[in-house]
Formats: sequence, structure tokens, C-alpha cells
Amino acid sequence: MGLFILRRVGVMLLTALCLTFIVFWLTNLYPNLEKLAKTQGNFRMSDEAVTSYLTNRGYQQALPVKYGQWLGVLPGYVIEGSDGEVRSRCEEGKTFCGVIQGDWGFSTVFKDNVSTIVSTRLGATGKLMFWVMMVMVPGALLIGVLAGMREGSGTDRTLSTASIVSTATPEYVSGVILIAVLGTKVIIDWDTIPFKGSATSAIDDANFENFFLPVITIALYGMGYIARMTRASMTEVMTAQYIRTARLKGVSFPKIVIRHALRNALIAPFTVIMLQFPWLLNGVVIVETLFNYKGFGWTLVEAARNNDIELLLGVSIVSVFVVLVTQLISDIGYVFLNPRIRIS
Amino acid sequence: MEALTWTGSLGNILNPMLSIGAAVFAVSVIIQIVLSFFAPAMTLQSNADGTLMKRGGALGMFETMTKVFFFATLAICVLYLVCGVVMPYGSTGIVGAMAKQFTPVWIALILTFVTSITFKRRLGLYGKLFDSIIGMIGFGLVMFWIFTAIFAGLFDMIATHDPVQQISGLKNKLPGVPMPEGDERFPHYLLGGDNLARDIFSRMVYGSTIVIAIAPLATIFAFMVGITLGLPAGFYGGRLDTILSFLANLILAFPVILLFYLLVTPEIVATGIPSYMAAFLFVFPIVFFAVSLNSRFYTQPSKRNPMLIVILGALTWLYLSMISQSGTVLNFLPPAADLFDVDGGILVVFVSVVFVNSPTVFRIVRGLALDLRTRDYVAAAQTRGEGAWYIMLWEILPNARGPLIVDFCLRIGYTTILLGTLGFFGLGLPPESPDWGSTINEGRKLLLIYVHPPLPPAIALLSLVLGLNLLADGLREESLKD
Repeated sequence: MGLFILRRVGVMLLTALCLTFIVFWLTNLYPNLEKLAKTQGNFRMSDEAVTSYLTNRGYQQALPVKYGQWLGVLPGYVIEGSDGEVRSRCEEGKTFCGVIQGDWGFSTVFKDNVSTIVSTRLGATGKLMFWVMMVMVPGALLIGVLAGMREGSGTDRTLSTASIVSTATPEYVSGVILIAVLGTKVIIDWDTIPFKGSATSAIDDANFENFFLPVITIALYGMGYIARMTRASMTEVMTAQYIRTARLKGVSFPKIVIRHALRNALIAPFTVIMLQFPWLLNGVVIVETLFNYKGFGWTLVEAARNNDIELLLGVSIVSVFVVLVTQLISDIGYVFLNPRIRIS
Repeated sequence: MEALTWTGSLGNILNPMLSIGAAVFAVSVIIQIVLSFFAPAMTLQSNADGTLMKRGGALGMFETMTKVFFFATLAICVLYLVCGVVMPYGSTGIVGAMAKQFTPVWIALILTFVTSITFKRRLGLYGKLFDSIIGMIGFGLVMFWIFTAIFAGLFDMIATHDPVQQISGLKNKLPGVPMPEGDERFPHYLLGGDNLARDIFSRMVYGSTIVIAIAPLATIFAFMVGITLGLPAGFYGGRLDTILSFLANLILAFPVILLFYLLVTPEIVATGIPSYMAAFLFVFPIVFFAVSLNSRFYTQPSKRNPMLIVILGALTWLYLSMISQSGTVLNFLPPAADLFDVDGGILVVFVSVVFVNSPTVFRIVRGLALDLRTRDYVAAAQTRGEGAWYIMLWEILPNARGPLIVDFCLRIGYTTILLGTLGFFGLGLPPESPDWGSTINEGRKLLLIYVHPPLPPAIALLSLVLGLNLLADGLREESLKD
């Protein structure tokens, strides 16, 4: 087990290195740097001005060198610019300043440290994700169990179709429909509009009115998938021998479902729920853009739009980390939950 | 001209019926779900005269009721459409007028269904689809949009106006708004005007042509890439498998939207990376066909050589004219030899969608190959002395077709969602393009004031993806019955 985790962590680090290098390479392509120089300096810069701007700030070094500096394995640059000013990557007295040293760099859009931005935004998104999980997981499990306990019945067909509909509705569709129906007076003539179509105020003060729609929009898309997995595992459990034994003993049906079937039926959905995190990340980006909720996904879009290199790298590290760690947890958790599986 | 209402005079009769039917249906569904947890299950009772009787009790009653009211509601909806097609323009409101515009699609759909159901026993898996209601509904939704795309894209039917033409005075007007006086064109904007005074209905119809053109083709390419790499990875295993799986996981660990932002911005397009990626990814279909034909016919060179020359020649020409675009870094074919120029934006979108989809296909194919390589028919082929590629492409692949066909349907739906995501973030396609994602993106900016512009494309996208998912579900169900 220890070796298994160690190997997975090794692969994880390698993946993270490769991914950040790809992001680094793509954001450091010359047209992107030119755009960065023009948005930071001014839009009517001449080509020479762009070049000297980039050279002075260390953007013109070789790609592996820049990557090494960002990572913190190579000493940060100290460049005496063409305008006579000496700029250095690190603060006074430090030679190495990179991710390894805990220095994530400086965001050119928000004019703040990347680590501060990422942590505050991540907190905001964490709040969103928490409520999404609170709605999505119990809802999906309930639907899945109800559908799976009597395979082929009317309830099963209705709920299965409902979960197919929910997996077929991407967030930008359900979000738009939900805002139109519940956030405006156009489709249903509300006396008072029940929910707000914008979640900007939810950053500081989240309440039912401004937070319900974004939460339910993300939850709906993931719900169908988890429900279908739960249904599949529930139908399998319901045909097992021990369920038949319980029936023959004369245990009532609700009791069979709750006492005997549920616990075994919930092993498989656990993995699925953990693997939903990367998908939720996608949904978070869309929903935060749609509802203007200034969280992690919103930051990703802003950073990508403005080619804010260091912020984008910080964001991608965090998201890659989330994806890989959830994969690891789901693998390990599956082994713990299911004693039949042993890793040799 | 007067403005159209939603259902016209027809609504006076049908609207109350529809709301009652739908309400009863909803209530009975809820009761049925609650009851199913407590009520005893339905059983079959055999009577003395040899017949079987269903004994349902309360639960059974509600199940029957749900079914009856579902079909009643459906019938009323169909009635709206039929009346709209048959009755004169204007008397049946917006719904009727739209139904009339879609008349060629209805005819094509009816023809398809009638012929398919008549010959369904001779049509294999496709015919079995018509045994399941879910599958038929899904197939109907998908074919509806395919026919719409064909009629609108090739014959200029269905749409009422030009999708990019602006008519002054109709900015953000509500559905059913009439044309300004003295205008000779179609008398109404059926679904209203958007914030640039364009007809939303026509934009929705033309949007389908873009989605229907890109999504299946991109999925086919992703499958070619995934199959060509996944089969050897699963079949040989070992180091090849480790490397390829690592690369696939690498791409899968990327947040999709970040990847799109990194690949589809104008700055990246200027560097030519998407063109090189296109050149790389589009080789795979050629490799696929070359290898599969060669492995099958290499014992008969007289048959193989002409076949390979013709097919590979045609494919290579297509490939070269596809990747050679004027205005990008790869522009080497003389204009006379260049068959077609895909619009730059569409090519970039296409490439990135293929790129995002292929790792998942790779993983599925690899898993299937891992499973199937231990089968007896593979061992038999190995004993016969068949080559590795023959076994992979002509023994393993045909036996993996069931799950692959199901996944293909699901993946087209996912690709449609991805295309919509790209449009939603304003990436790739030009801003005036009528594709659904871009239209939703345009409309959402004023969503709290004007609701009607983003809703039709949103519902259109939902219905197409839903159709594909239902179709996949029906296919899975029917293929499991074998």
C-alpha cells in the first residue's frame, strides 16, 4: 500500500511538472508576450519598445531558464535594463524565488501576489463547492437508490430519464433557463422575484436568495451522472443472495433497502463522486462567469483572457493538484471501502 | 400586421387541456415515486383459465395513470404541431407558425420512421432501436436536428430570415413581433429579435448546421485517433502502454476551459500551433485506413495495390487541402490543387475539440482491447499466423463495436456541449456566427432584462444532447439484449 501511494505521488508530481511546463510554454509564446507588453505598457508600443520592455523584465530569456526560475531551481534574474534601471525577479537578498520557495509570483492583472489571490478566490469557490456537494450528493444518492431498488419499474424509468435529462443539460443551458424562470418576472409573473440572477454579493454575504441558483446549476449537471452510477450499483446489489435471504426471512422492503442494500450499494458511487471534482471545476468556471461570482473559476477566465502568466500558472497548479489528489483519494478510498480488493 | 401570440386562437381550446394533462402527470409521477418505497411490488397472478393478470394495487394504478397522462400530454403537443402545419398562417400563433416552417422536417421524419419500422427486423442493431420507446424518442430528436441542418444548410428552407441581417426597429423585440410596414419579407420575427435586431428563430435554425457539421465529424476524428493509439496500447501493453496512458492522463488532467483558452486565442493561432496540431491529428485517419486495408489484403497484392493507391491518394489529397490554409503558417498547396479552405476559426475549434476528446476514447479502446485480447478468437487468429494489426483491427475492433457505438453517441453529445462551451466563452468562432454557444453568450449579457434571446438556442442545444443521450441509452439497452 505504501509503495502504491508513493508511486502514485511520483506520477502526480511528474504530471504536474509536465502540465505546468506546457502552460508555461504556451503563455510564453511571443505573440502572447507581445500582447502582455502592450496591455501592461501601452497599446501603441513600437516593436522595439515591446522587445526592450520584455528584455528588461526577463521575458526574453530561454524558456527552460525562465521555467527553472519560476520553479525555484535556478537563481532569479537580475537584469540591468536598457533604461538603466536594474530589475530583479526576487526581493533583496534572495537568489532563489520560485514555487518551491513558496513565492508564486505577481499577478499583472490584479496587481497582487498570486498566492493571496489564489487563496482568497479558492476560499470563495470552496464555499460554493461545499453547498454544491450538500445538495448534489444526498440528492443523487436518493434518486439513484429509489430508481435502483426496483429495476424496470415505473419509478425507475421516470427517475432514470430524469437523470439522463440532467446529464444532457450543460451548466450554461440550465443556468440560463433557471435565471429566466426563477430570476426574472418574464416567464412566471412573480410578486417578488424569488432568486437573484447574479451572485456577486454572495462573496461576502451568501444567503438563499443570491446563492441558490449557482449552487443548483452546478449540482444538477453532476447529479444525473452520480444517480445513474448509484442506480447501477443498487440494481446489482438488489439481486445479491443476501438480499434474497433477507426477503425470505420476511424483513420488510424499506428495511431491506436501508439496512442491507444501502451500505454495499454506496461503495461504487464514492469513486464516482470523487472523480466528479475535475468536472465540477469545469462547471465552476462556467457558473462563476455566468453569475459573476468572483471565485477561482472567474479568476481562471480573467487570467487566461489577459495572459497573466504567473496567475495562470498558479491557477493551473491548483486545479491539476485538485484533479490528481481526488484521483488518488478515490483509488485509496475504494480499496479501504471494498475489502475484496487488495493491492499486491 | 398584428403581433402573433404564442398559440393564437388554437390556444383557447388546447392550452387548458395541456395544463391539466401536464399537472396530473406531474402529480402522479411524484405520488408514484413516494409510493414505490412503501407499497408492495407488482406481481403477476396466474388465473385458472391460463391467463396472467398484473396485480398492482395502488402503485400499479398510479403507474397506469402516469402512462396514460404522459401519452395524453404528448398527444396534445402533437396536436399543436399538426394544427399549425394544416391551418392557415397566423391562426395558430407562434407555435403553429414554427411548426409550419418545419414542415419539410416533419415529412422527412415521418418517412424515416415509417420505412425503418417497416423493415426493422432486417436492419440489425439499427432496427432494434425501434423496439424501445426511449431509443425512438432519442432518435427522433437527433434526426429532427439533422434534417433541420440539411434543409437549412443545403436548401435554404425552414429559416425565415437571414441569420446575420439586422432589421432596424426590431432590436430586442418580443417573440411574434411583426415586420415594419411595407417590408416584403416573412411577416414576423417568430421568436423575436436579439440585441442586434437579428431574427432569433433563423439564427437558431442556422446554428444547427454548424453543430451538425462539426460535432459528428470531430467525434469521428477523435475515434480514429483514439482507436489507432488505443488498440496497440491495450494489445501490446508494456512500455508503449505506459507512455501513451501517461500522455492521455496528462491531457485529461487539464481543466478543459484552460486548455481552450490556451489553444484558441488569436495570439496562439498566429503562432501556428493549431495548424501543426491539425497536421498531426488528421494523419491518423490515413494511418488507420492504410493499416487496416494493408493488414487485410496484403496476401493479395493485385487487389491491395490499386485499392490502397486510390483510397490513400484521395485521403491524402483531402488531408493536404484540409491542413493547407491560406493565411496560416501551413499554406503550401497551389490554389488550383487546394480543394477547399475551411474557415480558420472553425478549423481551430475542430482541432481543439478533437484534441480534448481523443484521450478519453483512447482510454476506452485500451480498456476494451485489454479485455478482448485474452479471448479465444484472438488466440485462434494468432495460431493461424495472422499479423498483430490484423488481429487488432479485424478481430478485436469489430467485437468491441457495441460499447464503442454507444460511446460514440454519447461523445457527439459531449462534443456539442464542448462546442457550446467554446461559444459561451466567445472563443474560436466569429462573434456573429449563429452557433448556439455564441448565441447563448450574446444573450446572457442582457439576460435579466430580455429573457427571450438566449432561451431558444439553449433549448435547442439541450434537446440535441438529450436526444443523443437517449439514443445511446436505447442502443445500450437493445445491444445488451443479444
